[in-house]
Amino acid sequence: MNDSTSLPRVDRRMALKWISSATASLAIPGASFGAATKPGLAHAAAPSGKGYGPDPDLMKIYKPGDLWPLTLSDDQRTLLITLCDIILPADDQSPSASAVGVPDFVDEWISSPYPAQAGDRTLVLRCLDECENAAQTRAGKSFVKASSEVQFAICSDFAIAARKDSKKDPGRFLLRLRDLIAGGYYTTPEGMKDIGYRGNISMASWDGPPKEVLEKLGLEPQEA
Amino acid sequence: MPVISPAEAQAKYDIVIVGSGAGGGQVAYLLAMEGAKVLVLEAGRMFDPMRETAMFNTPNLAPLRGEKTPDKQYGFYDSSVASGWDIPGEPYTNASKEEKREFAWWRQRMLGGRTNHWGRVSLRNGPHDFKTRTRQGVGLDWPISYDDLAPFYDKAEMLAGIFGANEGIENSPDSSPGVLLPPPRFRANELYARKHAKAKLGLDVVPIHRAILTQMQDAERIPKELHPHNPKAQKLLAENMRMRARCFFATDCHRGCAIGAAFDSGTVLLRPALKSGNLDILPNAMVREITVNDAGKATGVAFIDKVDGKEHEVKGRVVVVAASSQESVRLLLNSKSNRFPHGIGNSNGLVGKYITDSASSSFSAQIPAFESMPPHNADGTVGQQAYLPFQFTKELQAGKLGFSGGYKLLIGGGDSMPGMTSATKFDWLSDRDHVAFGTELKEDARRYFGSIQGIGAQGAMAANDDCYSEIDPTVKDQWGIPVLRFHWKFSDDELKQVAHQQETIASILEAMGARFSRAPETKNPLKAVKEGGSVIHEVGGAVMGGDPAKSVTNEWCQTWDVPNVIVADGATFPGTADKNPTLTILALAWRAADHLMGELKKGNL
Repeated sequence: MNDSTSLPRVDRRMALKWISSATASLAIPGASFGAATKPGLAHAAAPSGKGYGPDPDLMKIYKPGDLWPLTLSDDQRTLLITLCDIILPADDQSPSASAVGVPDFVDEWISSPYPAQAGDRTLVLRCLDECENAAQTRAGKSFVKASSEVQFAICSDFAIAARKDSKKDPGRFLLRLRDLIAGGYYTTPEGMKDIGYRGNISMASWDGPPKEVLEKLGLEPQEA
Repeated sequence: MPVISPAEAQAKYDIVIVGSGAGGGQVAYLLAMEGAKVLVLEAGRMFDPMRETAMFNTPNLAPLRGEKTPDKQYGFYDSSVASGWDIPGEPYTNASKEEKREFAWWRQRMLGGRTNHWGRVSLRNGPHDFKTRTRQGVGLDWPISYDDLAPFYDKAEMLAGIFGANEGIENSPDSSPGVLLPPPRFRANELYARKHAKAKLGLDVVPIHRAILTQMQDAERIPKELHPHNPKAQKLLAENMRMRARCFFATDCHRGCAIGAAFDSGTVLLRPALKSGNLDILPNAMVREITVNDAGKATGVAFIDKVDGKEHEVKGRVVVVAASSQESVRLLLNSKSNRFPHGIGNSNGLVGKYITDSASSSFSAQIPAFESMPPHNADGTVGQQAYLPFQFTKELQAGKLGFSGGYKLLIGGGDSMPGMTSATKFDWLSDRDHVAFGTELKEDARRYFGSIQGIGAQGAMAANDDCYSEIDPTVKDQWGIPVLRFHWKFSDDELKQVAHQQETIASILEAMGARFSRAPETKNPLKAVKEGGSVIHEVGGAVMGGDPAKSVTNEWCQTWDVPNVIVADGATFPGTADKNPTLTILALAWRAADHLMGELKKGNL
């Protein structure tokens, strides 16, 4: 199982290619949300590439980066990995979010060429920047180098804000990133198992719910 | 006879069918089995669910976790290719931009049409549903009664393979003995809903009917019953039935069914019809116009080959229009000639009029009893298994409800395969001062997954003067074919019904001990009602009737103006019942095809 600082899954050559395209795209408004006054994160590349079109091969297995370039910088990716594992850490029942590829998924999502993800891109990049800013302010170091107490406290502040007002930053961006991480996680086989989903297997027969479920709900077994 | 290109088309067919979905497939099957030479034109490409359906792929194997995109508008794994509400180059327009006045039009451009992308719910219209004007004073009566269609419901159900139970509920008809396949057992949440809806509200939750094989079809008996004097048809149908497997109780039917357990037109109707040797299928053919001669009879169709962009013609003794209700309307209206300057079937100006759709809304809440459920497989036949037929018929008939049509309620389930939002909507259930993250988020997900109970309502809609389509005066599609412009307005009748839907759903959820995050929309049904067309149940526009002045087709789906033009999809429905349209399309098409074959044999067409 990967630890929280494991390197991105995309290969180094591809990552360098995206970084170089990021440099070329810095002038594009809205492409990034840097923290100009503090030592901030290297910017993300602008989304590029195309969608999969109206008649994609449904049988093929797709990985993030297969269809369009991922756009997070190495700095952002490292921070995202850390955040993923604060949002969904490993425990005795299931792995952490980063161990099942959720950072790649989030990068794929916010790098999407489709319009529906553009708003999420803004929120996620802002969340990364604001986590970084908060770490610099509190601890004088980057988020990934800050202590786990500082990291947790920053997330807690945003999570409190999110409960108070989920439509306004910083609550809004934290909540959206959390939901993307949770969505990415619980759509993996590991996440599905953790949540208690036991379907998606071919069955010789369907016999209804098991006895312990019926008992819990005070139900009689259904007559055949 | 096989899948062909325009150059390979025969000089003349007995039957030229536009569209390969439920209506077109049903007519093609029956006529080809009876020996007629049949051509089916499909605007999309060929599609083979056996080879193209990724049934078991989890969302993490798809781009963007399989979520909807402009390219795949019902999700990545949905069995729709080059289809959707918005298809580049193929626009349609709306006359109004007001709230709930826009109509959303799904187009399914592939072999099998919308039968690929479907929950398979297959309920019969009831006796009252055919006599809306007589019984309720609104909308239109059908020119036929339930009894006229009942034998064809039986046949369509035996051919498609429908599970369900006969419950003897008023206006939700039973099938004949030996027709239905056994329904699957209920899931835990369905049993719980059944128990508490009955105990606290006196409402019955019963097995729904769906076009899914819960056991193999009887390939000895059914072919003989459906094709009594036709050994060849018996053999082809028996072979096809043996190629279909029983449901293995996993994966969503909307993905398509590679094992043939779920009904789709390609697997169940067109595959055996092709083997008869009497059917050609011409894909990628966008039909522009029905051609007519000076005598006012249809001679065939003109179509654009989407592969090379060129126009072609093909001849037939009979033209069957089954392109989906509104695409059929569009084709009839665009078939203008000196003889029929306003289009075919439209001498009374009624083509495009009286579109109806399911009046739909939904509501959900959290059920504490479902928390921390012992993990178990709850897939069953993935999708609906339990529903509440309309059970307020007496009050409705007595005029006590303030609206004219019933609705059914579909029990959803919260523990189907997780998607992007399955574990993210639980913060309101805790009194924490923060949204969950870390260990709390995992604990919430384990505790609350599967505890959200949604119930959807789909209700009747009577024909009215505000819902219709017409040809847009200026806009054309990429092939130069004029497009449709929609007019839509739910009447107070539907809105009052939707308010009642919301109230009933909330009372069932309450009976289940629900916690609500918000109130049902009983005061503002316009907010709750789903946009016209969005449930993809739209019908009408070429309604059948007994009077040529007041309808477009007769009871055999023949246009009054041109008897050798048959409308075999949902366009002929004079209204929407609280039942899904597909099974009725299959039964009506069967009845029309039987009549058509008789007329051909008599030399009347």
